[in-house]
Amino acid sequence: MAESNKELLSRSVFKRNPIALLVLGICSALAVTGQMTTAFVMSICVTLVVAFSSLTISIVRFQIPNSVRIGIQITVIATLVILVDQALKAFYFDLSKQLSIYVGLIITNCIVMGRAEGFAMSNPPIPSFVDGLGNGLGYGFILMSVAFVRELLGSGSLFGYEILQLTTNGGWYVRNGFLVLPASAFFLIALLIWLLRSIDPEQQESE
Amino acid sequence: MADENPLKPFYSVLILAFVCSALVAGAAVGLRPMQEINRILDQKKHILYAAGLFDSSKSIEEMFAPIQTRIIDLATGHFVPKDVIDPATFNQTKSAFTTELGRSLTTEEDIAKLKRLEKYSVVYLVKKNGTTEQVILPVRGKGLWSTMYAYVALAADMSTIKGVSFYEHGETPGLGGEIENKRWQDSWREKRIYSDTDKIALTFAKGDSSASGEAALHEIDGLSGATLTTKGVDNLMEFWFGDHGFKPFITTMKKENSNG
Repeated sequence: MAESNKELLSRSVFKRNPIALLVLGICSALAVTGQMTTAFVMSICVTLVVAFSSLTISIVRFQIPNSVRIGIQITVIATLVILVDQALKAFYFDLSKQLSIYVGLIITNCIVMGRAEGFAMSNPPIPSFVDGLGNGLGYGFILMSVAFVRELLGSGSLFGYEILQLTTNGGWYVRNGFLVLPASAFFLIALLIWLLRSIDPEQQESE
Repeated sequence: MADENPLKPFYSVLILAFVCSALVAGAAVGLRPMQEINRILDQKKHILYAAGLFDSSKSIEEMFAPIQTRIIDLATGHFVPKDVIDPATFNQTKSAFTTELGRSLTTEEDIAKLKRLEKYSVVYLVKKNGTTEQVILPVRGKGLWSTMYAYVALAADMSTIKGVSFYEHGETPGLGGEIENKRWQDSWREKRIYSDTDKIALTFAKGDSSASGEAALHEIDGLSGATLTTKGVDNLMEFWFGDHGFKPFITTMKKENSNG
């Protein structure tokens, strides 16, 4: 790996975005993108978990027996996720209520596992940490973009602040009911993937 | 890794499991008191919303000071003394599923699809200068997808709604989920649950509510696009303000008010 830490960080956000290029972690991207606030908190949680699980696994990578490595990775990830979940419940109760089960589901987020197995197992701790950080940020970038469109057009607000006054609140804006529902994120993510691959044709898969 | 010791996987997994469980258990035990405080504060916030006493500039404890928590017997409608059941430790949701403090509902009784009903319920009394100004009742019932939980605040006449707060549900966002909408909840204010003859007269209008006079007092705007959720709300009101719900308690409170 000849890449510097800076490159590692930036390539995961645009060039090798975990959602857009690797198409990982779609499930939670559908679920928590209805509002900017939840998407933001989810991004932070995932970034922390990916970064620290990659760091931990990379530190002990020579001690991990090959035959049980997946189990060990999952255990490390699960522990971190529970810690994050417990801390959220103690310090940011309202947010943890909105995120509900999705924090727990970070465990099954393919990005975390993918980075642990694909990068941290064969790289030193610091680059692994940076790689995790970058992937978390890349995930967050997509999440926030999708949430921006969904919250603005679906609920007429951004971070909970009313931008377009809804008819249900006595305003003029008729909300787009489809964007409130999770399935709409499929379309938005697809459009984003299209956009990213048009800007950077290198990302296109060969026929 | 060909010369790997066959025992290595076992002890490395053991060490890892030990370290991880210690971390998780430590966090769970260490943070529990804070989580518990949060949960109670959140509950209090919703009670205050329902009573229309919520003011974000004040602390929740301060606003909650005039509110008394009491336990009542649903069937008789009387208060249960503190030494029988302590409101601070009483878990209402759990009690419905015990044999001594709960019972199952028959199909005709069970309009709100609760399956089981508890014997005792918590109620909150808003006191001002010794008199009860508002009574806040916890209610719940099935909507389209989920059980909806709410607090309903009644004025001293035990029929006029002072406010309502739906605080937990899993209805469709944007449609049934609009039960969370503060504007809709505000439209409940000053509506009357009971008619002059003490029957439940609350109705939910389809489309624009066009009723006038007496009927308008009992009519709440239904949620457009959420017929089944509105039906669920209707059912839960019907159940909780009927004979198996808080009706006996409401009768007791009315008598108490007219006596003094």
